[in-house]
Amino acid sequence: MKKDKKELTRREFLKKCAVSAPAVLLLAEAESIFAKNSPELSDHKEAHYFGMGIQIDKCIGCGRCVNACKLENSVPDEPFYFRTWVERYVVQVDNEVIVESPHGGGEGFPSNISEKGIARTFFVPKLCNHCANPPCVQVCPVGATFSTQDGVVLVDEDYCIGCRYCIQACPYGARYLNPFTKTADKCTFCYHRIKKGSNPACVEVCPTKARIFGEISLRSSPLTRFFRFNKVQVLKPYLNTEPRVYYANLDGEVR
Amino acid sequence: MKYKGKLFRASKEATGDLNAKVGKIPQQLKSLFVLFLVLISLFFLLRHFFTPDTFGKYGHYRAAAIDSIMSQPLRYAGAQLCMECHDDIYALKIESYHRDVSCEGCHGPAIAHTEDPSEFVPPAPRERGYCPLCHEYNPSRPTGFPQIDLTSHNPPKPCIDCHDPHDPKPPHTPEQCSACHAEIYRTKAVSHHAPLLCTRCHEAPEAHKDQPRMHLPSKPTSRTFCGECHAMEADSPKDIPRIMMSDHGIGYVCWQCHYPHYPEVR
Repeated sequence: MKKDKKELTRREFLKKCAVSAPAVLLLAEAESIFAKNSPELSDHKEAHYFGMGIQIDKCIGCGRCVNACKLENSVPDEPFYFRTWVERYVVQVDNEVIVESPHGGGEGFPSNISEKGIARTFFVPKLCNHCANPPCVQVCPVGATFSTQDGVVLVDEDYCIGCRYCIQACPYGARYLNPFTKTADKCTFCYHRIKKGSNPACVEVCPTKARIFGEISLRSSPLTRFFRFNKVQVLKPYLNTEPRVYYANLDGEVR
Repeated sequence: MKYKGKLFRASKEATGDLNAKVGKIPQQLKSLFVLFLVLISLFFLLRHFFTPDTFGKYGHYRAAAIDSIMSQPLRYAGAQLCMECHDDIYALKIESYHRDVSCEGCHGPAIAHTEDPSEFVPPAPRERGYCPLCHEYNPSRPTGFPQIDLTSHNPPKPCIDCHDPHDPKPPHTPEQCSACHAEIYRTKAVSHHAPLLCTRCHEAPEAHKDQPRMHLPSKPTSRTFCGECHAMEADSPKDIPRIMMSDHGIGYVCWQCHYPHYPEVR
């Protein structure tokens, strides 16, 4: 009896050894995870909170922003890849609306537009809205698109698997699949520029200052002045995406 | 013997209790437990190898991606950098209508020029086709933005023959309203109001031609102004349409319904 028991304990002991070996290994690994030296990261905890204001009444539809964006960010030239683009809305006298954006507006717009007679017409520059509540980030299965702490939605080009979920999810059509990298791509607010204190390329070249870039929550910011003097609206507010691109004098026809 | 047996029984009872606790877990559950443990440790092991280094530092993403995005090279230097050397042009431009137009808006991205001014010289668009990107007439452009009709505005001269792009005032003071207000001029020309001069309704101070925004022309302010021609008792040609000023559209001014530069009757 006693002998049996002893044998059992030994077996038990061996079994326990077999089980605990990977557990110990796991613990060791877990420790190494925390101890792993992460590469030198710059401090991203500066108190930024970026946003953009767009004054519809000032946009002349020259398309300089579209071209500057393509040059700055090496966006493919083909007329269906845009990080920012300009749409023209023509509300005709019978309330029928024509929306067009030939070449994203980068080559200008034809001046003959409607035979019916125009009630009102205007340009609407568009780009990624850098939502505070971004649907694209929610759907990304691998965490390749994310909101930074300074309020910019970015795409991790090296980690994106190109599944296109985010392109589908964006209600503003701001994303495209880069044909060269085969990853999702979109406006970054020119993150490489704004973190060095420059303006985004589109804001830099806008000849009428229709685009205004700055800190949302800072008192001394061009955006604060923009908020003070304009009635401000965002695109598709009913989706609760909380965009951080704000439009002054936005028409109800704009989708 | 008896004593021994009792003791044995007691110890047996104690170990029995233990067996009741541990030993009653079925063998298949025990092996399942081992299997799960192996699988879970395998999961952690694999996750450790497949998760990128900086994933999760700030959130559910690779923190290193921020740095790689930030390392993208700049192409546009920014007007402030241009100003440091080209202060003469800056001084001219800042006082002109083009004060808000960025250098690189026309000259293109110029960071290479700031690094080595002789190596790369930014191009200057001199052809007639460039300025119309902003200044060709387009009905969608905001009112008041200077626009021209390319076919009638001095073809085929390049714009820079008459206008300095850094200080683009007209080469001489415009004489006619149509020079700037071409769209209204064209609209009025095909309307019933074609014979009327602009100055019939708008008194424009002479200074308006030089400083248009500082000295604005007047606009009619009351119904009686239109009534000068369109009232029943007005002293005007017979074929002009008349209305009863006392009961026509009371509470409104005329131009709330009738566009004066193109009164209806289509």
